[in-house]
Amino acid sequence: MSDLMSFSEIDGSGAVLVAAQRRVMMVTLKAELSKATRAAIKKALGTPVPAARKIANGIAWMAPDELLIMVPQGDTPEAMIARLTAELKAPMLAVDVSDARAVFTLKGNKAREVLAKGAPVDLAPEAFTLGDFRRTRLGQVAVAFWLEADDEITLVCFASLKQFMFEWLVNAAQKGSMPEFL
Amino acid sequence: MSFRLPTFGHLIDRDSPVSFTFNGKSVQGFKGDTLASALMAADHRMVGRSFKYHRPRGIVASGGEEPNALMNMGEGARFEPNQRATTTEVFNGLTARSQNHWPSLAFDIGALNNKLARFLPAGFYYKTFMKPAWAWKHVFEPIIRRSAGLGQVPTERDADCYEYFYAYTDILITGGGVAGLEAALEAGRSGAKVLLLEQSPHFGGRLMVDDVEVDGRAGPAHIAHLLTEIGKLPNVSLRPRTQGAGVFDHGYALGYERLNDHAPSTTPRHRLWRIRAKRIITATGALERTLNFAGNDIPGVMLASAVRDYVRLYGTAPGARTVVVTNNDDAYRTALTLHAVGLEVPAIIDARPQGGGALAEQARALGVRIETGHAVAKVNGKIHVKSVEICLQSGAGGAVETIACDCVAMSGGFSPVVHLWSHCGGKLNWDAANAMFSPDPSRPPTDQNGEGFVITAGSAFGALTTEACLQSATAAARQAADEVGHSLPEEAAAREVRTISENPMAPIWSMPDKAPYKLRAKTWLDFQNDVKVSDVQLAAREGFESVEHTKRYTTLGMATDQGKLSNINGLAVLAGALDAEIPNVGTTTFRPPYTPISLGAIAGEAAGPLFKPTRKTTIDGWHESHGAIFEPVADWRRAYAYLQAGETTQDAITREILATRGSVGLFDASTLGKIIVKGPDAGKFLDLVYTNMMSTLKPGKCRYGLMCNENGFLMDDGVVARLDEDTFLCHTTTGGSDRIHAHMEEWLQTEWWELKVFTANLTEQFTQIVVAGPNARKVLEALGGMDVSREALPFMTFTEGKLGGIQARIFRISFSGELSYEIAVPASQGLLMWNLLLQAGADHGISPYGTEALHVMRGEKGFVVVGDESDGTVTPHDLGMSWAVSKKKEDFIGKRGMQRSFLTAEGRKQLVGLRTLSDTEKLPESAHAVEDGKAIGHVTSTYFSPTLGHPIAMALIVGGRARMGEVLAFPVAGTVHKARVVDPVFYDKEGAQQDV
Repeated sequence: MSDLMSFSEIDGSGAVLVAAQRRVMMVTLKAELSKATRAAIKKALGTPVPAARKIANGIAWMAPDELLIMVPQGDTPEAMIARLTAELKAPMLAVDVSDARAVFTLKGNKAREVLAKGAPVDLAPEAFTLGDFRRTRLGQVAVAFWLEADDEITLVCFASLKQFMFEWLVNAAQKGSMPEFL
Repeated sequence: MSFRLPTFGHLIDRDSPVSFTFNGKSVQGFKGDTLASALMAADHRMVGRSFKYHRPRGIVASGGEEPNALMNMGEGARFEPNQRATTTEVFNGLTARSQNHWPSLAFDIGALNNKLARFLPAGFYYKTFMKPAWAWKHVFEPIIRRSAGLGQVPTERDADCYEYFYAYTDILITGGGVAGLEAALEAGRSGAKVLLLEQSPHFGGRLMVDDVEVDGRAGPAHIAHLLTEIGKLPNVSLRPRTQGAGVFDHGYALGYERLNDHAPSTTPRHRLWRIRAKRIITATGALERTLNFAGNDIPGVMLASAVRDYVRLYGTAPGARTVVVTNNDDAYRTALTLHAVGLEVPAIIDARPQGGGALAEQARALGVRIETGHAVAKVNGKIHVKSVEICLQSGAGGAVETIACDCVAMSGGFSPVVHLWSHCGGKLNWDAANAMFSPDPSRPPTDQNGEGFVITAGSAFGALTTEACLQSATAAARQAADEVGHSLPEEAAAREVRTISENPMAPIWSMPDKAPYKLRAKTWLDFQNDVKVSDVQLAAREGFESVEHTKRYTTLGMATDQGKLSNINGLAVLAGALDAEIPNVGTTTFRPPYTPISLGAIAGEAAGPLFKPTRKTTIDGWHESHGAIFEPVADWRRAYAYLQAGETTQDAITREILATRGSVGLFDASTLGKIIVKGPDAGKFLDLVYTNMMSTLKPGKCRYGLMCNENGFLMDDGVVARLDEDTFLCHTTTGGSDRIHAHMEEWLQTEWWELKVFTANLTEQFTQIVVAGPNARKVLEALGGMDVSREALPFMTFTEGKLGGIQARIFRISFSGELSYEIAVPASQGLLMWNLLLQAGADHGISPYGTEALHVMRGEKGFVVVGDESDGTVTPHDLGMSWAVSKKKEDFIGKRGMQRSFLTAEGRKQLVGLRTLSDTEKLPESAHAVEDGKAIGHVTSTYFSPTLGHPIAMALIVGGRARMGEVLAFPVAGTVHKARVVDPVFYDKEGAQQDV
């Protein structure tokens, strides 16, 4: 889990720790993910493009023509976009979306059950594993999430819903309300 | 009388008394009691009045099929009507009130209806009360509404919370009786993931009640054994208090978990399970049917199986002297059970001439009197059973004897619970031997692969003996496991069940056989809706031959129990009246949920602050702390106006407008959609999406554009900026940001996939702030860092740079008609930029303004708002915006639509301005213009303009542009408002103010 200072809000009252992260740098890349493009992305970012519905080394597969790329410490969205622009020959769109997103951490062995209260996703340990990435909804909010560890989930949604999402998660994490199914 | 027995009752804990109230009186029960068993133990046998005739009604059943014992449960914010006493667990502090009586349960005025029954036959409300017409609304309906109906409507907001849970499993089993548990164990052994739902708090079903022996173990011991074995399988989950409520397409099922109805708490009360299963096994059991004899609804007449449930499970005697009446062998178990605890059974009335099998022999050996070939002619008693008159089954009911009793245990045979099988299209067969509909395994509901995905087991399958139940359960489990890819090794030896030979049941639909009208008119089919045998027969005579029509005409099988007890009897009576076979009459449709589920569970967590997502801009907190009142716009909340001390909303709006037009205003426009469209074909794509030409726009320039749907109707508008040769930034309306992005993607992905274009919705990446007013430039210049002069940044252009040290893109665009800059900065810098601008504008009295000031100012300028001036039936031409519809382009979305004759015809509504004849009279919102008695259009926007000092309005009026100068009438609620048709641009028509 990240340093406590990286959170803007934390609620530990529930069965799962719910924390809102401060600004997380990320870039959206849209391009036809052909073999050549994948190679160019690998060259620009140093790591390969993950398979469908997977996340690896901070690169998340969002759609057949879209990746969400976390910008590592020491790098910047501008520099990353510049590298991608330099390497990719095919038409593409790379934009900084750091300010457009809110990012949350759910920590605890019931994190899966908290998400299963709102996301139509099979979150069983054998069905949703490290490296899996899901774009779905949580309640009425469009989200994406993945595992950082078996008991830690990172969740991303639109920034304007940060407060709503936080309240939703804290409510779902209420003590004594875990279904004990997963 | 009904009372607590010293023996039996393995569901109750006699060491844990529970105290609750019924109709305000304190009642004692035990932990483990249902409300029904506790009331019965306390000799409360009459628990409500019927729907139509207000007849006294008692507890009939012991489960979810109960038609009578419906209660107003709880109080205040936890009040809930129509709760079944038979499925409510008692707890300390429970409050229950009986329903549908006035002034009290014992003395009820509505019971007069019972005397008038002759005049209230099926469909009476379709036949009577026809004239005079006014009387229906003012006399008949209020009276009927008061006398009919079940529980009351809650008046307070629900204090409880609810939630959903999404679960995925290989196999879902509904029902935790012996068949469900056996199937769970067998399927579980295959390694498949199994989830079993049981609606009651306990597992075991009939095996907990009936004398059954499996593998040498008594019923309850065998259930305990099964639970132990299942407990060893980590892949099997059991959920008690969770009903399999519905089955839907694609293996989707609903589970309704009642978490703390029995122990109120602050955690969720109900949880709605939204389950995806590869296969569903319904092991939902069977329901016993009532028998049709006169007075079968009098309190004390119960289902035979329910009578022994109360004795065995709750140690409660429904009566001291019970007459058993039956058409099958199962009811003999009730007689034997009652006899075993020392309760009197004066007679068993068996309609079958040949009588019963081994169980009958046992009863006879114990000295119980058995009358075969006999029937109940009628039950005597008013508020509870006093005696029964018995007669020959074949005949018209000449009573041969009256037998004193205080309870009648009836059994009309069994109906498999086929609801879940049928919800998604599973078909039924008529099983003539058992007179019941049972699932046809060759016609199951099919899934997305065309394969059957529901399998039934146990008595839900039509297996009426324990042996057959176990066989079908094993077979169902093996089939399901196999179909989900977990095949089982060779079949284990079948369990040994001690079998008892039973004689076949006889289909008896009327007692006695030729019951005369006098008896049929007191013979109830549907207790909850007060439908009698005579009503269904009347419906048949009046031509309601379809079972669905009969249901609606008579109300048979409606309301909260949906005819769980009455349907088959009703069908049989209808078939008899039509002289048709029962399977040819068919059943009504089985629809989810199986029993009513709470509205709270359906809403889930979406209540109170979580009702709907609220999107907030980065400046929202500032708005809130500066007097803003908000309005919802799509999912956003936007500052409507900023109220200062002592101001009304109108004062604030006026002040904000005058400050902006007089000096400078500040506006949070962050909610406007911002979609990046990039690629070598971006210009070509936008030419197709917008009605006007976008590909000719030069980098650095802005152009206002319209979007239409395929019908040619306006759907969105906004300013497009060309960022570079390949890249455009499309602004959309606040409500349009997600919708328009999806619209673009849909066309790109499904129609114009050859175009090399990518889009991204960057709405939330930027905070966008409008600085508008004659002093706007001075404010930006005070902040410094960018040349915003007229020469460097002319109207309808944009520039990028650092404004006050913050990376910004500044657009010279105007929706207010003033000199205006829209400043976009990364959202993380938004609040900072807002504060910097406030500071820089302080000398000029900079004033934040809300959405209403914005709307008034655009109204003064005659700018349209999509959704105000357009409503999905309005074209750009109607709005006088033909200039924004390209004539040169070969194609764009809506071009063909707009060419249709209807859209080019004369006499369409056109946008005009309106000036009221009086300067103090504002036109009402949406007022209609009426000419020669015909509506010719309506007001789309109406404001008081502080700038002009008089009201202004826009309207869509038939042939409006040709009516300049005409005075139109707008009659609203007795007042006729008059307004003159004028140009919609009221302020600065030449646009000098914005282009300085």
